[in-house]
Amino acid sequence: MARITASVYTSHVPAIGAALDLGKTGEPYWQKVFSGYEFSKAWLKENTPDVIFLVYNDHATAFSLEMIPTFAIGCAAEFKPADEGWGPRPVPVVKGHPELAAHIAQSVIMDDFDLTIVNKMDVDHGLTVPLSLMCGQPSEWPCPVIPFAVNVVQYPVPSGRRCYQLGKAIRKAVESYDAPLKVQVWGTGGMSHQLQGPRAGLINREWDNAFLDRLIADPAGLSQMPHIDYVREAGSEGIELVMWLIARGALSDKPPKVAHRFYHVPASNTAVGHLILENQQ
Amino acid sequence: MALEKPYKDVPGTTIFDAEQSRKGYWLNQFCVSLMKPENRARFKANERACLDEWPMTEEQKLAVMSRDLNRCIALGGNIYFLARIGATDGKSFQQMAGSMTGLSEEEYRDMMISGGRSIEGNRYTHEWEKK
Repeated sequence: MARITASVYTSHVPAIGAALDLGKTGEPYWQKVFSGYEFSKAWLKENTPDVIFLVYNDHATAFSLEMIPTFAIGCAAEFKPADEGWGPRPVPVVKGHPELAAHIAQSVIMDDFDLTIVNKMDVDHGLTVPLSLMCGQPSEWPCPVIPFAVNVVQYPVPSGRRCYQLGKAIRKAVESYDAPLKVQVWGTGGMSHQLQGPRAGLINREWDNAFLDRLIADPAGLSQMPHIDYVREAGSEGIELVMWLIARGALSDKPPKVAHRFYHVPASNTAVGHLILENQQ
Repeated sequence: MALEKPYKDVPGTTIFDAEQSRKGYWLNQFCVSLMKPENRARFKANERACLDEWPMTEEQKLAVMSRDLNRCIALGGNIYFLARIGATDGKSFQQMAGSMTGLSEEEYRDMMISGGRSIEGNRYTHEWEKK
């Protein structure tokens, strides 16, 4: 049977991708960000899974206002890096895992989570920046990736509670897949940031660190946090953090092993948070 | 019964909800068109002509031409869509976000380097009314 081995959490700031692609990683400003991922790159080399289930949000790239699915699972064989207006990022095409994706879709929908199934989709920085942070600049990504897009563009986004429960349904789906695959679930986005209006630039270091503490130790309690707390305390775009609860819900009920924790302000407009939690079966 | 919208009580913030999305539909869809290089080139060559192809309000068109992102957002724009205009102009997300705060580009960058805008005094609209 397949099993979930670990979860990875990270911000996905577009400027991080630009810094990598333009060779600015050595600059002191960016060095402080990338230093937090040195451990992670080595860890991923040691612990390469067979599949990454990558929870992220599309930034008005694959989904315009014509269609806004709350939860969309990518079931295609491959996903091309999108042109977000600056030209596509020079990163490898993302190979999918259509068999496992279809299995998870069927299992999770049977568990009352009405996913949108996507068989053709480009992926934006929300998906490729976490891969770059964890893998560096390889010519191929280390394994297939199932993109799982969550609407955090048009309010209301799904609640933390719903996301956490969905994570549990994903765990159940993976554990019923009849092949010995090691699967990691990644949750991306956040941490505190606001990109719009006169309050842009908001950062809440204390709140972010409390979020990390609770994500590790009290995810069920954390999942009860209402929308307004994210918006008010972590900024209008900080609400992306609900996606981390999907990844956390996918771990077993035993306390996870904290393999790595990192927090840094700023990357562009954003507080960068990063965790690696190893699943304890 | 009216929907509860507690996020109206967050200062300097417009939440892109269904109401804003409806107002800004064509403005945002115009922005989507800028994801194609040929459309970026056409827009740069003649902004007005390009905008006139879309059923946007005159106010929305003027807000785009003056690059007034706060105004664009008030008229239903969403920052992830509006970012396509910034990308067309060669602006970074930081330059775009900073342009909405009344700070210069340098002041905004320095604020972020020194830890960002504090949450203190920035939670509720009444905290800004006193200023």
